[in-house]
Amino acid sequence: MTVTTQTVTVTVDAVTVEVPAGTLIIRVAEMLGTAIPRFCDHPLLEPVAACRMCLVEIEGQGKPQPSCAVTVTDGMVIKTQHTSEMAEKAQAGVMEFLLINHPLDCPICDKGGECPLQNQAMTSGAGESRFTGVKRTFPKPINVSAQVLLDRERCVSCARCTRFADEIAGDPFIELLERGAKQQVGTSEDQPFDSYFSGNTIQICPVGALTSAKYRFRSRPFDLISTPSACEHCASGCALRTDVRRNTVMRRLAWDAPEVNEEWNCDKGRFAFPYTTEGRLTHPLVRDEDGNLVPASWPEAIRVAAAGLAKSGTATGVLTGGRVTVEDAQSYAGFARGVLGTPDVDFRARAVSSEETAFLANHVAGKGLDVTYGDLESAAAVLLVGFEPEDESPIVFLRLRKAALKNGTKVYSVAPYATAGLAKMKGKLLTAGPREEVATINGAAEFLANPNSIILVGERAAQTPGALSAVAELATKTGARLAWIPRRAGDRGALDAGLLPIGGRNTTEIISATGSAIKNLVIGGVGAEDVDGDLVAAIERASFVVSLETRHTDVTALADVVFPVAVVTEKRGTFRNWEGRDRSFDVVAPTPGALSDAAVLGEIARELGSEISVIDFWASAAKPALSAGAAENSTIGAGEAILSTWRHLLDKGTLQSGEPYLAATSRVAVVRVSPNTAQSLGLVDGGSASVTCCGNTATAPVIVTGGMVDGVVWVPANSEGSSLNIPSGCVVTVKAGGNA
Amino acid sequence: MTLTPVLTKYWDEADSYKISGYMRNGGYTAFKKAFATGPDEIINIVKDSGLRGRGGAGFPTGLKWSFVPQNDGKPHYLVVNADESEPGACKDIPLMMANPHSLIEGVIIAAYAMRANHAFIYIRGEVPHVFRRVNNAIREAYAAGYLGKNIMGSGFDLEVVLHAGAGAYICGEETALLDSLEGRRGQPRLKPPFPAVAGLYASPSCVNNVETIANIPYLINNGVDWFKSFGTEKSPGFKLFAVSGHVNRPGIYEAPLGITMRELLEHAGGVRDGKTVKFWLPGGSSVPMLTADLLDTPLTYEDIAAAGSMLGTGTPMIFDNTTSVVRAVTGWISFYKHESCGKCTPCREGTWWLSDVLHRFEAGHGTESDLDKLIDICAQIAGRSFCALGDAAATPFPAAMKYFRDEFVQATSTPANESYDPTASTIFAGATR
Repeated sequence: MTVTTQTVTVTVDAVTVEVPAGTLIIRVAEMLGTAIPRFCDHPLLEPVAACRMCLVEIEGQGKPQPSCAVTVTDGMVIKTQHTSEMAEKAQAGVMEFLLINHPLDCPICDKGGECPLQNQAMTSGAGESRFTGVKRTFPKPINVSAQVLLDRERCVSCARCTRFADEIAGDPFIELLERGAKQQVGTSEDQPFDSYFSGNTIQICPVGALTSAKYRFRSRPFDLISTPSACEHCASGCALRTDVRRNTVMRRLAWDAPEVNEEWNCDKGRFAFPYTTEGRLTHPLVRDEDGNLVPASWPEAIRVAAAGLAKSGTATGVLTGGRVTVEDAQSYAGFARGVLGTPDVDFRARAVSSEETAFLANHVAGKGLDVTYGDLESAAAVLLVGFEPEDESPIVFLRLRKAALKNGTKVYSVAPYATAGLAKMKGKLLTAGPREEVATINGAAEFLANPNSIILVGERAAQTPGALSAVAELATKTGARLAWIPRRAGDRGALDAGLLPIGGRNTTEIISATGSAIKNLVIGGVGAEDVDGDLVAAIERASFVVSLETRHTDVTALADVVFPVAVVTEKRGTFRNWEGRDRSFDVVAPTPGALSDAAVLGEIARELGSEISVIDFWASAAKPALSAGAAENSTIGAGEAILSTWRHLLDKGTLQSGEPYLAATSRVAVVRVSPNTAQSLGLVDGGSASVTCCGNTATAPVIVTGGMVDGVVWVPANSEGSSLNIPSGCVVTVKAGGNA
Repeated sequence: MTLTPVLTKYWDEADSYKISGYMRNGGYTAFKKAFATGPDEIINIVKDSGLRGRGGAGFPTGLKWSFVPQNDGKPHYLVVNADESEPGACKDIPLMMANPHSLIEGVIIAAYAMRANHAFIYIRGEVPHVFRRVNNAIREAYAAGYLGKNIMGSGFDLEVVLHAGAGAYICGEETALLDSLEGRRGQPRLKPPFPAVAGLYASPSCVNNVETIANIPYLINNGVDWFKSFGTEKSPGFKLFAVSGHVNRPGIYEAPLGITMRELLEHAGGVRDGKTVKFWLPGGSSVPMLTADLLDTPLTYEDIAAAGSMLGTGTPMIFDNTTSVVRAVTGWISFYKHESCGKCTPCREGTWWLSDVLHRFEAGHGTESDLDKLIDICAQIAGRSFCALGDAAATPFPAAMKYFRDEFVQATSTPANESYDPTASTIFAGATR
């Protein structure tokens, strides 16, 4: 396909250039290196021309025009403030107006030092104000959410925040209220700014009107050391900037990555970083003769670990978790397969299946950069299977929403009910209950008739026997491209590194075989609550357990040797996102003695008289044939339902601990049932219900959800108000009442 | 020049506002004629008549209609701007009270011409009595079969919806009106796209003033030549001049465009006894004031512009020599400050600042350097704000300075209320308790 772009010739400050027709004047000026001051303009938001700061002179027009909203026409002659007195005067006038009611609190304002208003007041404003009256004031600050605070007197009404919420996030819970000089950003009385992306509004605010509870009054921009980094919270692969003061992380910002996160990120990526400093393991621990874990020196701990693993190295199970970097994953793979000689390795800290193993081996591993964000944006149709983008990969959600709104991409989701996120993507629900998705997937070919279609399959698809096989078949049949989007940042890198149990036992099998065929365990960032099986019991049965962890967990408490390992801020490394794109990051807070998993494993290997070498596992791996697992039919009795569940983006995950303002913005648990199911279970909309399985209970308000599959109950997993942490498809008991 | 009652001809009849009264005097005949003429020809007639919009800007109505693209397969909307909120303007509201059916018949013809099957009348929310009256008139028109499906067997469908605003001056700005009509906060929209291309519900739309639309049935019935026999070449037709202020008989005087203010003043009984005209505004507070020297200026779009003002809504306000210019200007600026929607910086902050300084003048606390500052602030608002509200707010002060600078200088030491007794300019001046 060839695209011919029509160009026009325009002159800016006597420089004549040819640019694509329809380009905004302000963008043309940028191309020429001319900075026109602006507040409301943002290249990713629709023009609004409200602040009037960017006024320029256009030859033949009597009035100055907003360069952020006027597109160039052929032969247009534009004069900016550099060559036009009219433009310069207009800009100075607007700046004077902006400052009359703006407080002179720069010395205590978080934005001071990095403030577009401050900077542009210097370039375009007068040294002294002619305003001698009393400035407008408001009570301050007010919460637009638990995390986002608003100082209204600082606001210049540029509407960037409200436009972001409306246009980009699709969460228009903030809006300009009142009029004239009383105009202010606000929320509805009983509805705070409920958005997973709220922090972006703080970042794009051109003044200090929006601040975060987390960062407010914590630091000055000029005291910060900024380091480009990559987000560790999910597989989206956001570029971040981490700002550190005295070696402590003060804040994280979304950084520019036009191909990935554009200029946005989610609140988890922005605010969930206190875990990097709180409750950390500081010393290696070894178990003494009395069975107590005691601090040990690094050489001693390495010696003990090597000695313990040497006894039966090939009978060792290695569980790495999904948060490892590509480099650490390669070391785990080399250590397990090369040094220890065991094929029993798995990165999946969740329910797994051999069908999934085969699917990943055949359709995902080693494929490199394949389906990209750009492809999603230009796709004709995108089918989601076992994947709720807003909760499980928020940047994918933003890009799909953009695709749907701007390019008319059709989004289809195989799910038990139409989520709010799906509505924001203008998506269509292909209704299917848990473990009943296969027929729906098989019938979805008609939606993917356009060759430019994509199937996005989430890690939860592994919970349905046959689903991944059906997805692979659908892709073959329709020619749609296929991408797998796991939840965790390290999953794709670990998979590519060879941490998939080809010819060995998977996570569940390692746990069950521990104590018999498997003697030793090496466990990375895996929590006992994450896996399908009793990991704690397995550790107790194991002869020898080595744990590499950042903080105390159920696993470290029972391990024989515990190594403290570095968190992302302390090491350099790479996360491979769902696209297969490498997202490298550097050390942001250099910490003496912080060793990466790879460094620790390297020392153990050396003690074992070996060396870890990076293996190209997929070059020679024998990929198992993909075949559908046996369907399991669940029957439900009276007072029972089939569970459908996934985690909210903001849940009780360990990496979100220590950040109460973020936690306070998480979505509260709800119990969703269809009208028929509500009737048969005796639930009423707005009443409360408790959902119980295997000793775990979630009690939450009921939302009767039209269009939902009958016989199914949905509750969020491991979220505020729900301690349920089991896969979809389980039979659960549902009772009306309980204290929500 | 004599008065020429056309729109107002039967306003003094007891049932002028009812369908019976309207029809007795020849109402609801023009639309049938229009249906027989065809939509494109109607647009041509309106174009040929030279009818200019009566809402203030004076844009040629036929030309505006012709901007609505035809046969584009999209729904079209006619929106009547009945949000008459301009200080001093009071012509649309009496028209809707006295003869709402002329508006409705005009709506039928205009909608037919631009092929709109939906018309909205956006009426300001502060006048519930007018809302009820127009609502009743619409009900009567539906009952008579003049609105609804297949009107009089013509195959033309028209639904008319009456919508009450919530009391914002900005909603008289056509794009803010459209936002408000869609249920959003009333703030002006970025143009382009213009309403004729993407207006109400992103569909081709035309927004016309009440008086403009009410002209249409008379134009269709009597023809272009008859219409052009009134007024001047550039300002043809007749106009509802709503004369207010210090005159003995304030009210609506319908006369050909081109009548002078002095003639209108005579019809309105002149200024109060013993008083002289100090200044006057041809059409609402948003146009520059003129002085008594210019009372002989013909009230046409072109002559008033040449005199340094604008015809605006054609609703002259007369102020006699008891009036404090400082107080008058401060009052108007307070209005614009209160009504500025807040969207753009110059209008939002500029009106706030103007009001702040002018209130100091009103209290006798201005300084001479403040006068230059005020002129400068006005220059920083005019032509830089998002919509015409800012331009309007920047109008009164420079015009007042042109003629009455001394009075502002006086207000650097003497409160306006001391220089001009406020009670002397009221209607109850001289009354005893």
